[in-house]
Amino acid sequence: MSDHAPRPRLARDLYVTQLRIRRFEETVARLFAQGRLPGFVHLSIGQEAVAAGACAALRDDDVITSTHRGHGHCIAKGGHLGRMMAELFGGRDGYCAGLGGSMHIADLERGILGANGIVGAGIPIATGAAYAFQAQGTGRVALAFFGDGAVNEGAFHEGLNLAALWHLPVVYVCEDNGYAELTATDLHTAGPGVAARAVAYGMHAEEVDGTDALAVHDAVARAVECCRAKEGPALVVAHAPRWHGHFEGDPQRYRPMGELEEARRRDPVGRLGHRLLAEGWADESWLTSVTAEVEAEIAAAVAFAERSLPLELEAMLHLAGAEASW
Amino acid sequence: MVTELRYWQAVNRALAEEMERDPRVVLVGEDVGTPGGAFGATRGLRERFGPDRVRDTPISELGIVGLGVGAALAGLRPVVEVMFNDFLTLALDQLANQAAKLRFMTGGRARVPLVVRTLVGAGKGTGPQHGQSLEAWLGHVPGLLVAMPATPADAYHLLRAAIRCDDPVVVLESLRQWNLRGQIADEEPLEVGRAAVRRPGADLTLVSVGGALPRAERACELAAGEGIDVELIDLRWLWPLDWACVESSLRKTGRLVVVHDAVGFLGPGAELAARAAERVALAAPVVRVAPPRTPVPFAPSLEERYFPGAERIVAACRKVMGRSDG
Repeated sequence: MSDHAPRPRLARDLYVTQLRIRRFEETVARLFAQGRLPGFVHLSIGQEAVAAGACAALRDDDVITSTHRGHGHCIAKGGHLGRMMAELFGGRDGYCAGLGGSMHIADLERGILGANGIVGAGIPIATGAAYAFQAQGTGRVALAFFGDGAVNEGAFHEGLNLAALWHLPVVYVCEDNGYAELTATDLHTAGPGVAARAVAYGMHAEEVDGTDALAVHDAVARAVECCRAKEGPALVVAHAPRWHGHFEGDPQRYRPMGELEEARRRDPVGRLGHRLLAEGWADESWLTSVTAEVEAEIAAAVAFAERSLPLELEAMLHLAGAEASW
Repeated sequence: MVTELRYWQAVNRALAEEMERDPRVVLVGEDVGTPGGAFGATRGLRERFGPDRVRDTPISELGIVGLGVGAALAGLRPVVEVMFNDFLTLALDQLANQAAKLRFMTGGRARVPLVVRTLVGAGKGTGPQHGQSLEAWLGHVPGLLVAMPATPADAYHLLRAAIRCDDPVVVLESLRQWNLRGQIADEEPLEVGRAAVRRPGADLTLVSVGGALPRAERACELAAGEGIDVELIDLRWLWPLDWACVESSLRKTGRLVVVHDAVGFLGPGAELAARAAERVALAAPVVRVAPPRTPVPFAPSLEERYFPGAERIVAACRKVMGRSDG
C-alpha cells in the first residue's frame, strides 16, 4: 500500500491479525465438528478486535497471560500458527508437545506466559511478572486478558489490590462478552461494573467498544503508557459479544432471540475492512490478497499439525522426570 | 565451619545467604518485611536487601503464590511465605494447577523456580486450622517437590537446595522444632530428594516424616533399652522420595514402622507401606503410627494423645518385632 502513515499501517496490521484469528477459529470449529480435535475448544469469534488491538499496543518483550478462550491472544502476540494447531491436534510439535491442549498454549520467547484452564488464574501470574519487571527495572509491561466471568474470582481482587498497592506495570484487559460460561452478566456480577471495581482500587480504568480494534488499541496504549510512566496498574474493559457458545457444541439455548444477529452486525473484522476502504487506507485488491495469504497460512498450519504425531508415553514420562518411579 | 543455630535462625541464614549469592532471589509474604516474619524467620532481611526484594503482602494467599509463579516465569526466584500450611488451601489453584503443571503443560519449556515456605503447627496447641500436616496432599500433585526439614541443619540445607531448584518446592517447616538448637556445617552437598539415616540399626526400619523426628529419636533410645536395635530414617523429602534409602534398610531389617503427624489414612505411611509390601519380602506386617482421621484437637491433653508420641512409636516397634506387649 502507498499510505505508510502510522495510523493506516496500524489499521491494516490490525485487520490482518483479526482475519488470522477469525480464519484460525473458523478452521478449528470445522475440524472440531468433524471430530478431528479431542477435548474442549473455546472460540473467540466476535472478540478478535480485543486480542489484536491490545497486543498491538505492546512491545515484543512485554508479556501476556491468557484464558481458556485464548487462541486470539496467542496469535496476536505472535504465536506460531502451526505449533498452535499441532497442539490442538495433540501432536508432539505443538507448543506443549501435545501435553497441554488448547487451554495451555504458551510461548515464553514471544512473551506468552500461557493460556489457562482456570478462570482468573492469569491475573496473579501477570501481576507477578509485573513485579519482576519492576524489581528488575526493565520498563517491561505485563498484560492479563480475562473474561467478565473472572471478576468474581478472588484472584481478580487479590491481583488488582496487590498491583495497585505496589504500582506494578500491569494492564488488566477484561473481555466482556456478556456471559460467564453460560450465565448472563446480570446473574453473576453485582454493582456498577468491572471498571468501577478497578477505580475502587485506585487505578486508571476505561471502557471501550471491543469490536473496534483501533479503539481497543488506543485504550490499551494509554494503559501501557501509564505503566511505563510508573503510574500503573490500569484496567481496560472491552465489550465484545461472543458469536459461538462457551465451548464448541454449546447449543446456546440461553441466548435471547436476535442477540446473535445483533452481534454479527458488529462484526469486528468486517467493520475494520469497511473502514480501511472508506478511509482510503486500503483497496479491494489489498483485502483480497491478504485474505488469500492468511488462508494459505492457516492451510499450512493444518498441514503441519496433521503431520505431527503424539508423543510416546515413555517420552512423556521422561519429560516429566518420572521415568524411574511413580 | 560449624555453627550452632536455632531452627528459625537457620532458615533466616539460608535466606540471607541465598539472597546474597543470587540477586534473583526475592521474598514475598504476609509480615515478612518490616515485622521480620510472624515467627522471626525473615528478621533483618528487608533492612539488608531492600523493599524491592523483601515485600510485605496483604493477606492474599492465592494472590501471592500466583505472584510468585508469574515472577518465577519472568526471571526471579521467589520465596513466598504462607504462614501455616493450613492456609495453602487458599492458594491451591496457583500451587497445584499453575506452579506444579506449567513445566509439563508447556512440554518442558517453562520452568517455575518457586519456593513456598510454610509452617506445620502440629503439637503447639494450634488446633484444627493451624495444626494440620498436609504433606500428603502436596505429595499427591505431580510437579511439586515437598521438603520437610526436621533439624536446624536441614532447615538450612534443604531450603538452600529448594531455592536453587528450577521446579516448585514447598518447604514444610516445623513450628515444634522452631527453637531447637543444632549444629550446622557449611559444607554439605545440596541435594534434592535425599533421606538421612539418623541412627543405624539391625532389627527394624523406622521412617520418620518431618517434625516427628525428635519423638522417633526418643523412641529409638527407649527401644534400645528393651534390646531392639532400630535403624532410623529421616525422610526429609516426601518428593522426590528416596525410596532407595528405605529399601536398602528394609533389605537388612525386613521390618518397617512409619511415623508422621499427618492423618494416617492415605498419609505418607500408606505409600511407604504399599511400596514395602510390593517390593520387599518383609518379615512382619508394616505398622504405621499416625493421628486418627479427625481434625487436630485443641485441648493439650487430647493433642498430646492425638500426635504420635515416643511411647506409641516404641509400642509399634515391639509389635513389628512380634513382642506380645506391642
